[in-house]
Amino acid sequence: MIVKDLQKVFSANIREYGMYIALIVIMGIFQWMTGGLFLSSRNIANLFNQSGYVAVLAVGMTLVIVIRQIDLSVGFLAGFLGAIAAIMLVQWHIPVLLVIPMILALGVLAGLITAYPVAKMGIPSFVTSLAGWLIYRGLLLMVTGATGTIIIPDPVFNQIGNGFVPDLFASETFLPGLHKTTLVLGFIALVWFMISETISRRRKESYDFEVLPFYLFVMKLVSLSAIIAAISWIVSGYNGLSWTVVIVLLVVMAYQFLTTKTVLGRHIYAVGGNPEAAELSGISVSKITFLVFGSMGLMTALSGILFAARLKSAMPTAGTLFELDAIAASYIGGVSAAGGVGKVTGALLGTIVYMCLMNGLNLLNTDIALQYVIRGGVLVAAVIFDVTTRQARR
Amino acid sequence: MITPVLEMRRIVKTFPGVKALNDVSFSVSRGEIHCLVGENGAGKSTLMKVLSGLYPHGSYSGEILLEGVPQQFRSISDSTRAGIAVIYQELALVPEMSIYENIFLGHEVRNGMSVDWNETIKRAAEMLRKVRLNINPATKVRDLGVGRQQLVEIAKALSKNVKLLILDEPTAALNEDDCANLFDLLRHLKDEGVTSILISHKLKEVIQIADAVTVLRDGQTVCTLNARSDEISEAVLIKQMVGREISNIYPPRERNHFDETILEIRDWSAYDTNLGRPVLKSVNLRVGKGEIVGIAGLMGSGRTEFARSIFGNPDHYELSGTLFLQGQEQTIRNPKQAISTGIAYATEDRKGNGLILIQDVKQNITIANLREIAKSGTVDANAEVKVATEFKDALNIKTPSVEQTVVNLSGGNQQKVSLAKWLFVKPKVLILDEPTRGIDVGAKYEIYCIMNDLVAEGMSIIMISSELPEILGMSDRIYVVSAGRITGELQAAEANQEIIMQMATS
Ligand SMILES: Nc1ncnc2c1ncn2[C@@H]1O[C@H](COP(=O)(O)OP(=O)(O)OP(=O)(O)O)[C@@H](O)[C@H]1O
Ligand SMILES: [Mg+2]
Repeated sequence: MIVKDLQKVFSANIREYGMYIALIVIMGIFQWMTGGLFLSSRNIANLFNQSGYVAVLAVGMTLVIVIRQIDLSVGFLAGFLGAIAAIMLVQWHIPVLLVIPMILALGVLAGLITAYPVAKMGIPSFVTSLAGWLIYRGLLLMVTGATGTIIIPDPVFNQIGNGFVPDLFASETFLPGLHKTTLVLGFIALVWFMISETISRRRKESYDFEVLPFYLFVMKLVSLSAIIAAISWIVSGYNGLSWTVVIVLLVVMAYQFLTTKTVLGRHIYAVGGNPEAAELSGISVSKITFLVFGSMGLMTALSGILFAARLKSAMPTAGTLFELDAIAASYIGGVSAAGGVGKVTGALLGTIVYMCLMNGLNLLNTDIALQYVIRGGVLVAAVIFDVTTRQARR
Repeated sequence: MITPVLEMRRIVKTFPGVKALNDVSFSVSRGEIHCLVGENGAGKSTLMKVLSGLYPHGSYSGEILLEGVPQQFRSISDSTRAGIAVIYQELALVPEMSIYENIFLGHEVRNGMSVDWNETIKRAAEMLRKVRLNINPATKVRDLGVGRQQLVEIAKALSKNVKLLILDEPTAALNEDDCANLFDLLRHLKDEGVTSILISHKLKEVIQIADAVTVLRDGQTVCTLNARSDEISEAVLIKQMVGREISNIYPPRERNHFDETILEIRDWSAYDTNLGRPVLKSVNLRVGKGEIVGIAGLMGSGRTEFARSIFGNPDHYELSGTLFLQGQEQTIRNPKQAISTGIAYATEDRKGNGLILIQDVKQNITIANLREIAKSGTVDANAEVKVATEFKDALNIKTPSVEQTVVNLSGGNQQKVSLAKWLFVKPKVLILDEPTRGIDVGAKYEIYCIMNDLVAEGMSIIMISSELPEILGMSDRIYVVSAGRITGELQAAEANQEIIMQMATS
């Protein structure tokens, strides 16, 4: 009976579980091949910090793809905005707390500009954003042309990409070497997760919707809690939570709320599912297009800031191929090119899978040429898996 | 006894939560026109999808025999090879291609490596002659009306040497002439040895054309009637379909005078800049509070264009004229404004632009009025389920739950979802474009009752329909449209089919 229940649950959720399993398998393989280096606290901290600037792009990109569009300009736009931030800080001496909102606003503006021909004239976003790709690349070269790489000396700015949340409960005697604040936050997250799962189960039961058999539900809670606990433990072993991770988590939570709970989110998915029906239901497709591209611009600016802060500098090549990394992560995360399907949490998971791959291959000193081949293979495999499981469920 | 052309034995097909076919047996003799009828969701389309291999062998249980030989179709191409062709209601032609390209799409006439276009055109012309369509095969499919497109589909089937032709609700979108034409053709094909299976909700047609009728109810075969030996009448069919007798097709309603004007349109003209031609020419129309106004006219006469032009003009026609809602002149720039001023429009093409097929029933019902169930921008999930469930019960939407994806609903139930969506908006004026297309008799009656209730509560309804009996049975007043103009206005009492047809073709 257990086997049967499991089979049923698994085949209904194969898409979602498949991704977690893929992630665990990938991690397991790297852990084994690197002799335990991969899951070390230090490497995981590094991996998460590396993933930040891709993750925020993938979140924005997922929504763009959900409404059946694409934005190729984000890579060099991120690079360009990072360079502008550096110039503002270094050459114009604008305080960092002004620079950040200004850059974010510029990002939104750039997104709206990309959206304008799409929303108002029906021009394919592939074209307008390709133009953006060229333009921002040119602009990036222009602003960094005179100086080359711009070193950013601002410590506050650089914290965003390299800093860690200070430990409020620092102690030399209790659990020395571990970041207690991270453990506490991990514990809170764990409790919150259990409570919200239980509430949602209750609610479903009250509507007579199908729920997992109780023992499976408990198994699910226990295994996912174990994962949360393990991650908190590993992360707390090396300086604890980084600001990058905090920012990414906040972004993902905000977008998760926006897409699953709000009217606006529903309008976005409606436009993706059937733009004409959405328009006839009183939803302005052009407004949604502006909004989603605006959000993409915002995420792009954030990505540019994270990247520049991480490198403590702005480089003429910053942002190269970011757009493709973000698109790949979104597709691994389960977004559908046909529109209307794709989750923000999927984007995060897709990013982690993708970045694990890069990070692990780097640890193994894999030839960079081979790395590209493997990344391509994984992308195709993920999308094939997605499409076939979706068909199987029909 | 001669072996039937087709025999389906004990077919069972289940979907998660639904037993769509529960032990259906179905047999068709050679050279007959066999009609398949039943309520929405009875399993007619599913049965044909099983037959055509769209649901491959192994995904259902039971046997399929063609001329006594068991078949195991794994895909559509398997069944095509066996001489089966299915024509779905949503036509599967490529609009941008010519007729001849469409006919031979997928089985091109080859001359070595390349396509032999001359031969293709010659053969296409031959096929068109067979379906008695007198038209240049180089015409683009886009430029044909639905009726002719259907004939092209049949020509395509004939070009593949079809033995068994299956038509799923072919007449739902056809006007009477096209319909008669199609039936002529089916009879003619019958003489040439082609067997047809026809699914339809229009029982009059069924009686007119069927050699045999099989009735399905709730995934089971109820009976098969033979035109030669059994009585086939509307009453008999309805009784078999719904399991009880329905005496009135139209619920009784009181017809009053509707003096209070809700909507008035004066001198309304629309010019389609894409096609470069006028679509509406100085239309004047008035709708009273609590009135059902019928709009009759042939396909392509401008009825839908009229509805869309007042519903926020999403096609961006160049408009002139004035629109008054409750005496106030309104300029409505987009569907959103139309909805907020109190006009709603349920489209005729529910799959194309009515519903979001990949979303579930509740999401489709609430999408046009999410604010109603939202608090400060956040959708209240409980309220949503509650609202959707209420509509599911009120309209009798057949679905295991409101969480079912709409694409999995039968055609008629999709139509009800689209209706529910607009009822939830609670408009002042509800425009229904072909509201009962593809809906069974029982459900039609339910929808008519709902319409009556709505107008009794003070809503006004504009009903566009190609079915004259429906127009006559439900409207208080009727406008007839022809070539973008209103060619007549009739009180229900003075209208009949002849007068309307005369005005519609003038
Ligand atoms: N892919 C699917 N997944 C789940 N349920 C389905 C699916 N396809 C059909 N159904 C269900 O099977 C039943 C039969 O559907 P079917 O489309 O065959 O009805 P129908 O007789 O053609 O009705 P209509 O006259 O409305 O077209 C319905 O209850 C429908 O909801
Ligand atoms: Mg059907």
